[in-house]
Amino acid sequence: MSELETKSLEERFNQRIANDEKIEPKDWMPEKYRKTHIRQISQHAHSEIVGMLPEGNWISRCPTLRRKVALLAKVQDEGGHGLYLYSAAETLGISREEMFDQLHTGEAKYSSIFNYPTLTWADIGTIGWLVDGAAIMNQVALINTSFGPYGRAMIRICKEESFHQRQGFEIIMTLMNGTDEQKAMAQDSLNRFWWPALMMFGPRDADSPNSEQSMLWKLKRKTNDELRQAFVDQTVPQAELIGLTIPDPQLKWNEDRKHYDFGDLNWEEFWQVVHGHGPCNKQRLDARKNAWNNGAWVRDAAMAHAEKNANRELKQAV
Amino acid sequence: MSNHLVQYICGIADNSLILGQRLGELCGHGPSLETDIALTNISLDLFGQVRSYFQYAAELQGDQSSEDTFAFLRKEREYRNVLLVEQPNTDFAYIIGRQFLFDVYHQLFLEKLQSSSDQTLAAIAKKSLKEVTYHVRFSSDWVIRLGDGTEESHNRMSAAIEDLWIFTEELFSCTELEKEMSNSALGVDVSLLREAYLNRVHAVLNEATIAIPDVKYFQKGGKQGIHSEHMGYILTEMQYMQRTFPNMTW
Ligand SMILES: [Fe+2]
Ligand SMILES: [Fe+2]
Repeated sequence: MSELETKSLEERFNQRIANDEKIEPKDWMPEKYRKTHIRQISQHAHSEIVGMLPEGNWISRCPTLRRKVALLAKVQDEGGHGLYLYSAAETLGISREEMFDQLHTGEAKYSSIFNYPTLTWADIGTIGWLVDGAAIMNQVALINTSFGPYGRAMIRICKEESFHQRQGFEIIMTLMNGTDEQKAMAQDSLNRFWWPALMMFGPRDADSPNSEQSMLWKLKRKTNDELRQAFVDQTVPQAELIGLTIPDPQLKWNEDRKHYDFGDLNWEEFWQVVHGHGPCNKQRLDARKNAWNNGAWVRDAAMAHAEKNANRELKQAV
Repeated sequence: MSNHLVQYICGIADNSLILGQRLGELCGHGPSLETDIALTNISLDLFGQVRSYFQYAAELQGDQSSEDTFAFLRKEREYRNVLLVEQPNTDFAYIIGRQFLFDVYHQLFLEKLQSSSDQTLAAIAKKSLKEVTYHVRFSSDWVIRLGDGTEESHNRMSAAIEDLWIFTEELFSCTELEKEMSNSALGVDVSLLREAYLNRVHAVLNEATIAIPDVKYFQKGGKQGIHSEHMGYILTEMQYMQRTFPNMTW
């Protein structure tokens, strides 16, 4: 293909996106579009399955049967999200094995929030409320993203995430209606997760290089700082409603901006965790690698058995 | 009478409770996303059944008890699950073997419990049977896949069946309580399930090219509340919140 042809294809492609048309896997797309989408969708999928670990950590210790069933179902939903997203990425020409490999070698990232430990039952509530809440904030905008399979996956995922968020908030609300010990447990959990939750929106806009291209492709509709602000504005009243204190002495409603002002994040900690040195980075990655490596003989057996069956059928047919 | 029925219901529920708990430990650590999700699903089904049983038991008991006091606040000796379901998640072959050996029993048991003279028990059995029919299919398929897969998977699956087989006889040994319940048409005479069980299990093991274990000595005790050393640790984790923070609403 000549340079001129590529250029006109690319112009038409950009026009389609500007017209709000969906790009489907079989359509022509610039290589950079394909690569960027593989990266973003697979990292999103990795976040779903690594995210199963901190919450899975409490399944065996849920305080009631009702909570146990709800948590199992939630963690299972996250596995389902991972499954859709891996499938969406596969339509762009990468295999699940390759994506796992990128996760295991550290080449692909996942959301840093899952590198924080779940130490008390309240953390399960806080994660649902804040982490699923922040995820929705990021993902709702993606329902109208340009790549069809990603947008469609987001519709179902967002529905489930908002259920998770309400469920998490309800766990915390129950604690805040409980004993002093339970209230303290909820506050302590918020203290530990508040800042990491704000970090989920990524670096400051000034330090976020990919934004412009992503905006054009509708992979991003709002900037990191805008989303972070929206999250703070949404969450502070919820916390106040149930008597929790946001652990930020600088937090204050700004009547001129009609937004909350809030303190600066600890960017040193942010980069430390992003670069693999958070409290649980090694543990989370090891858990995924172990599951994968210990499962190799199982996957081999399934394949060998399927082959044997196919051969038997072939013999019968002859 | 009602007290005996409560005990009987707890015995049934405890099998699902402890097996569900074991499966819950695996969530996020399975050999593939699909098996991970499927095993979590089975765990969810089992806990759903547990809730129905314990809610009914609490209603019969008519005191301050609830589904959660039954699940979390009994002493080890008061749990009446069979030893099979408390065996650890040694590897995927053990997980599947344990599931399979229990599922086939569970299905046969529920088929009979559907005709209990107790309407509520019969209804729970009927609903659970639908789920368990799927469990049997899932675990049987995997026993066959692993048994008739690679050399390694065959060896692992055989070892698991060999090791777990000693816990199967307990499923069919009738306690006094079970006898009483089956005599009054409330419960199931489990000793009558043995033959059908062995037929179904043998058929799957044959297809899986796995030898039927030749075992003369079996382990029992769970139904009397005498468990393996694993049980204390299972309960320690499961009861942690209720024991550490008693009498609170969650
Ligand atoms: Fe999710
Ligand atoms: Fe979620």
